[in-house]
Parts: sequence; C-alpha cells; structure tokens
Amino acid sequence: MIGTFAEKILAQKAGRHRVRPGQIVTVKPDLLLTHDNTAAIIGKIGDDLKKYGVFDREKHVIILDHIVPAASQKAAENHQKVRQYVAEYNIRHFYDAGEGICHQIVMEKGHALPGMLVLGSDSHTCTYGAINAFAAGIDRTEAAALLLTGETWLKVPHSIRIELSGHLPPMVTAKDLVLTIIGTLGAGGANYCSVEYHGDVKSLDMEDRMTIANMGVEMGAKNSVFLCDDQTGRHMKRNNLSVDLKKAVWADPPAVYKQTLAVDMNNIGPVVALPHSVDNVVPVSDAPGTPIQQFLIGTCTNGRITDFETAAAILKGRHVAAGSRLLLLPASRAVLQHTMASGAMQALIDAGGILLPPGCGPCLGAHQGVLAPGERCLSTANRNFKGRMGCAGAEIILAGPQTVAWSAVHGEIRDPREARKKQ
Amino acid sequence: MKIWTYGDNINTDMLFPGRYTYTCSTAEEILPHLLKDLDPDFAKRVKSGDIILAGENFGCGSSREQPALGLKAAGVQAVVAESFARLFYRASLNQGLLLIECPEAVRAFRPEDTVKINQENGRIYIGERAFEYPPLPNAIMDIWRAGGLLPYARQKLAAEKKGEHHV
Repeated sequence: MIGTFAEKILAQKAGRHRVRPGQIVTVKPDLLLTHDNTAAIIGKIGDDLKKYGVFDREKHVIILDHIVPAASQKAAENHQKVRQYVAEYNIRHFYDAGEGICHQIVMEKGHALPGMLVLGSDSHTCTYGAINAFAAGIDRTEAAALLLTGETWLKVPHSIRIELSGHLPPMVTAKDLVLTIIGTLGAGGANYCSVEYHGDVKSLDMEDRMTIANMGVEMGAKNSVFLCDDQTGRHMKRNNLSVDLKKAVWADPPAVYKQTLAVDMNNIGPVVALPHSVDNVVPVSDAPGTPIQQFLIGTCTNGRITDFETAAAILKGRHVAAGSRLLLLPASRAVLQHTMASGAMQALIDAGGILLPPGCGPCLGAHQGVLAPGERCLSTANRNFKGRMGCAGAEIILAGPQTVAWSAVHGEIRDPREARKKQ
Repeated sequence: MKIWTYGDNINTDMLFPGRYTYTCSTAEEILPHLLKDLDPDFAKRVKSGDIILAGENFGCGSSREQPALGLKAAGVQAVVAESFARLFYRASLNQGLLLIECPEAVRAFRPEDTVKINQENGRIYIGERAFEYPPLPNAIMDIWRAGGLLPYARQKLAAEKKGEHHV
C-alpha cells in the first residue's frame, strides 16, 4: 500500500483499500483517553450510560492529572465523580492523582503502541505520535459520544513532511528543534495536517520524540508522528512492554505531501518563544538579560528523566538566583523515582528548586505556581498564551530545560552554551 | 445584531481562560467568563444573533470545548473566520455552532457593513457583496441536522436498539 502515514493508517482503520486527503472516514479508535474532564464527560451522558453502558471499557483509559491533588472542593468533587464512575463501570485502566500526567502514563504503561489509533480529550494527545500511533485530540462531547458508540468520523488530513538531517549540537534540545520548526511554519502552519518526521531521526530518543510530537498541536497539526525503529524498541524494553512491530505503519512512496520542510539539526541553537504566541520564536541570544521571576522545568513537554538530569548537571553546586523561584514538575511518579535515585532531583532541590507532585501543575494556571501581574515565567511547557498560567497580566516564555536551568542561576534569560564553557 | 471582530490566532485561553476549565462546565458557569482575557465587554454585551468575524487560525490551542459551548449558548449566530484551528472546528460542530470559513468575506468587511448569512444557498453577504462558502460534507451534515453529536449518537443508539428487538 502506498501513501502517507495518515492515509495508510486511516485506510486500515476504516477498512478501505485507500483513502485520500479530505475524505471523511468512520473509525473505531483503539484507545480513548480522558483525564479530570472525565467528570464533565460522563455528566453529559449519565442517563445514556445507564441505558446503553460503556461501549468498550477496555479501551477507556482515565488519568487524574490536571488539578492534583484537588485545589478546591469543586475539583475534589470532580475527582470523586470519576472514581465512582470507574467503580460502577469497572474501568480497569484508571490512574489516580499522583501517578503522573496522562500523556506520560499512556506511554510508560504501553497504552499507546505503534499502529494504534488513539483519541483523547486533551489537545496534547498528539504526543503518542512519538511511538508511531495516530493520535489526535478531541473535545469532551466527542469523548462522550465515543464512550457510548465506540466510533467517530475523521477527515483524512493532508501531510507535511519534515526532513531532518545532522545532529543537535551540545546544549541544544529537541525542544529547541520543535520550537524552531513552529517558528518557521507558524502557529497555524500545520492546521488540519499530519506532520511526519523523516531523515536523521535515529539520534532522537523516545523522550525527544515525545517533546516534538507533543508540540504538534502548537503548529495546528492534527497529529505528528515518527516511524517505529530501534529507539522505539529501547523505549519498549525500558518500560517492560512488548509490541507486535508488524503493526507499525509508515509512509510509502509515492506519497504526496502538501509541504516538505528540510531542517539541518546542526544549525539549530537554543531558542525561546516570546509572549504570547508559540511561534514567536527567537534565538536565546536575541533575548538576553530578560528578568524572570518564575522558572518551570517539567510538564508533558519536558518533564522526563533527561530533562531533569541535564538541568541538574547545570544547577548542581549552584543556586537559583535570589528573587526567583524554580518549580520542578516531574511528568510521572516513575520519572520522580528515577531522578531521585540518580541524585538529579536532589541536586535540583539543593539548588533551591520547589518539587511539585507529578501532574499538570501550574501549566494551565489552576494552581501550584500562578503568576502575578507583571511577572514573567520561563517555562519548558508547551504554551505561552496570555493568561495561561492564571494571570492575564503576566508573561510566559518557552524554552528547553537547559536554557531554563542556566537562566535560573542568573534570574534572567541566558544562553545555556555559556554553562558548557564553565563546566 | 452586533458584529464582533477579532484578529489572527485567537487562542482558546483568550476565548475561555484555562484557570476555569475544570470548575466551569455548564453554559451558566461558562457564560460570565467567555472571551474574558480577549474582550472583557463581550460576556456582558453579547446578544442572541450576534456574529463573530475573525482572522486566521481561530480557536487554536486547547481541546477545551467551553468556547464552542459558550458561544452557542450565548446565541452567537455564526463565527466567520479566514481559517479555524482543527480542535475548535470539531468542537463547534459537535455543539451545533455554525462556523463559516470564508477568508474573502472577512477581508471584505468594513465596520459600517451589515452581515447576513444564508445557509440555504451557502452565501454570506457583507454589505451588498455576496461570498460563497464551502458546504459541510454530507457525513457531517447528518450530525448538524441532528442538532449536534450527542443527539446524533442517541438517535443511532436508539435505532440500533430497536433493530436488536426485531432480530
């Protein structure tokens, strides 16, 4: 079969020989992810659930992560409703508060696997493209309908091919790479599209790929995806997962792309995305000395083991600048346990870091690090929208973990390559 | 009827602040915060039948459906934009909120212009000028006709259940 990844996998899921961009297909997702918003989702269909039941309880994975532990009575009641639903409908794949961010858990526990079709009521569901799944975000109403019927419609997207070459230089991360791509394509540059990463992807490990795929929605993509290779195998082995590699899907020539973008990774440097748009990307060297009150290392974009270890390598024996605070938000309990055992988390806490429970934390502005008017946060998260961290009068600047760590030492934006010279 | 005009890349945090996403789910809870960080006047002054005109990539960002649910509940007749972000597009359709992608109409609009939408012939009138917009695919129109995705799913389930009894 020929075609792009999206065309091939959607044809297979829709039971058709071939599909074309723009075509509407009916599909049955292999997995449905919901999180704290499960309470609102089941609230829409309480009577329907009693009448028809859950379409397939094995396909529903629920992870409480957005406001954990509950920051208000309302949030606590939502969690309570979710736990009651889990018990009543015998939902097996449930992870309660404190296990981690949904996207990290879905990957660590092997709920998303190569060749799967995953839909989730969270925009960063696109993260699982890292493991060769077709993964896209949906709204709550759609998740509710899926719980009842198990099927939905998808428009076959056009595809964008990103051809990577070379290697990322030292102190330059996958975050700098994907921010540079978003800066080039624009916040809506991949709207409705499937974004495929080709070329020299071997040097990008599963953590890198998750960071890159996670940011797909920030360029408007429906999904973003990598092939299945040795890096996929390493991820499976590390997490004690097994997989049928024959289920992996990849583009086969002659596939037609809406656009191809060649990116030489050797030329990528540390960048930041300035307020209030993710595509407002400039080299770190264009924003030096910008004072920062809050630093955040973590989230579903950059809250993994290497992110904390590289940050710790910079902050070990140093201290967060006076007048600034550094928040540490591990993406999962496993990440926290690993970085505790390796000493990385200890070094970050010794340097003045504030450890938050695994979850979404301050990223969406609900709790655990809300900003004040006039304050600025340098963050490894994925969005710098006005008001995102709870205050419309504050500014958020996005960067990779090493840029955040080195800047935290100085209380202002600094180029992490300076740290390398000093190490 | 008021025409509310906004620019490019109007994101979901502008349409509905993330800090309320997990405490506001119903129309009643959503309405006071609608477009709060973009246009504080909107929630106070929006009236049934109003139209929103916007630039490119309207609704980008989060999968939260409060913007779509809120705009529908406020009685907004349609959002006309140069382009829409995918998640907002899908969420709006699922709520039964009319979205019209018509860059020519948005660019032609001047503040003194009236805006009229004729769904029958797929045309939008900016002052005296008419612009055609592409109709929704048939598969999607079925959801639209049912009044949104949940009513559509219920119709389907009820029909299947009826079918089972006949077997």
